[in-house]
This record gives sequence, C-alpha cells and structure tokens, in this order.
Amino acid sequence: MVQYSNTNLDSSFAALSDVTRRGILEQLGRVEASITELAEKFNMTLTGMKKHVGVLEQAGLVVTEKVGRVRTCRLGPHRLEEAMAWLEKYRQLWDARFDELDKVIADLKQREKFDARKKRE
Amino acid sequence: MHARRENESEPMKNRTTVERKSDCELVVTRTFNAPARIVFEAWSKPELFKRWWVPKSADMSLLSCDMDVRTGGAYRFVFHHPAFDQPMAFFGTYREVTPHKRLVWTNEETDQGAVTTVTFEEDAGKTRVTLHELYPTKAARDEALAGSAEALPEQFAQLDELLAGRS
Repeated sequence: MVQYSNTNLDSSFAALSDVTRRGILEQLGRVEASITELAEKFNMTLTGMKKHVGVLEQAGLVVTEKVGRVRTCRLGPHRLEEAMAWLEKYRQLWDARFDELDKVIADLKQREKFDARKKRE
Repeated sequence: MHARRENESEPMKNRTTVERKSDCELVVTRTFNAPARIVFEAWSKPELFKRWWVPKSADMSLLSCDMDVRTGGAYRFVFHHPAFDQPMAFFGTYREVTPHKRLVWTNEETDQGAVTTVTFEEDAGKTRVTLHELYPTKAARDEALAGSAEALPEQFAQLDELLAGRS
C-alpha cells in the first residue's frame, strides 16, 4: 500500500469530516470559485465560509490566491483522494448494509401487523 | 394527515453518516423507521442478520454465520470472496447484550481488532442506531478504513469518476 504522511492524512480526515467542506471540494472539483461565490452557493456567511476554506487550506486540500479584492479558491496540490475515498467508501459500505437492513425491518413490521390481525380474528 | 400517510407508503431513505470521532474511533449512525425491539431483532437473530450484513453489491458470500447473542457468547462468520482462494473468517465475543438497547462485541481475528458498540435509541416509533468502533491504535483504524475501500468496487468506480474531476 502507498504510504502517506500521518499528519496530512489526519488533517485531511478532519477537513473531510464536515458535509459542507466535502461539498466545497466537490464544487471546486468542477470550477474554481471565490469565497463570496462559495458562501452564496452554500448559503453561508462570508465568515463561516472563510473558516471552512481555512480548514481545507490547512489540510492542503484547497489553495487560495488573492487577486485584487477577490480571494479565489481551487483544489490544492495534495493528492489525498485516498483519505476522502476511504471514509466515503466506509460510509457507502454501511449505507449499503443499512439499505438491506431496512428491507428486513420492513418485513418484520409486516409480519407483526399480520400476526396482530390474526390474533384479533 | 395526508402528508403523513404519504410518508408511510413511501418512506424517505434515511441517511447514513460517518464520523471520525478521534484517532481510534469511527462512529456510524442511521435512523430506521421501526421501534427498537424490531431493529434489535434484525441485529441479534442470525437468520435475519445474514440477510443484510453482506451488501449484495459486495461480491462476497456468507458461507456460515454462527451467533450466540448473549453476554459472553461467541460469533463466527465465514465469507468467500472471489479474490481469495481461502474463505475468510471473522470472529469474536459479545461483551454485552442488553435487549433492544445495546450490543457490544469484540473482533478477534487479529490483536488489532475493534470493539464495536451498537446502541438503539427509540423515539416516536423510530430507532436511531449508533455504531461505534474503537480500535486499539490509529494505524488499525486507518487500515480498517482502507480495507472497506476494497469491498465495493462499483461504488468506488463512481467515486473515482467524481475525483477525476479534480486533476
């Protein structure tokens, strides 16, 4: 397996633990954007968005550049797809499991209703 | 009342969330549209458990599933995966079984196995399940994360596509 610096992996996991920050990365994966644009897109205050971008920047997932009065954000040079992929994969594994569990639970509820009806008869 | 009836006939899919709680912990949560006794039953009866534990898309089959669900009881699952000649066994012990409330089990294939605690919290006919995995080390946790990344190839491909937009 490829080796990663633990510090990087850790700060990127922290950065990725937030749904808004994952959304920001996804958005920046399509096109670079200013903090103002991101704040509008995610319906947040400028201050709130600055904080999120700051966390992503510290993890090396995003870089920002100030030109004039506009700070533009784009994806950083860190190749940390793996960190993101692992956590998302793990979530997908549980999500797939739990979708099946939903079906089992629906069957059990159905059976209970049926049993209750039979008792009344 | 009309809206509620609609909800019942076509319940919204509940979201699964994952959180890295600390260096050695992972927490998974999901709400199920049923009382705790029903959800707990699906976790504690082998014939029900084996219907959902291995996702259909995972390309793995469960060869056997032995579960002695009581405090101190043992479990053992044997899987077949096409990538491996030999079947894979997962086993451990139930440390705590509190019906409809809490399940705690250990994972003993290696000395780096996690302790898993599942709690069932019922509220207004729904049950919130919180699954907490505690690994002995951060390395063990990261390895478990990396391992799950190999379980579901087709979804991984989708994620790859998403990430490909980055480069």
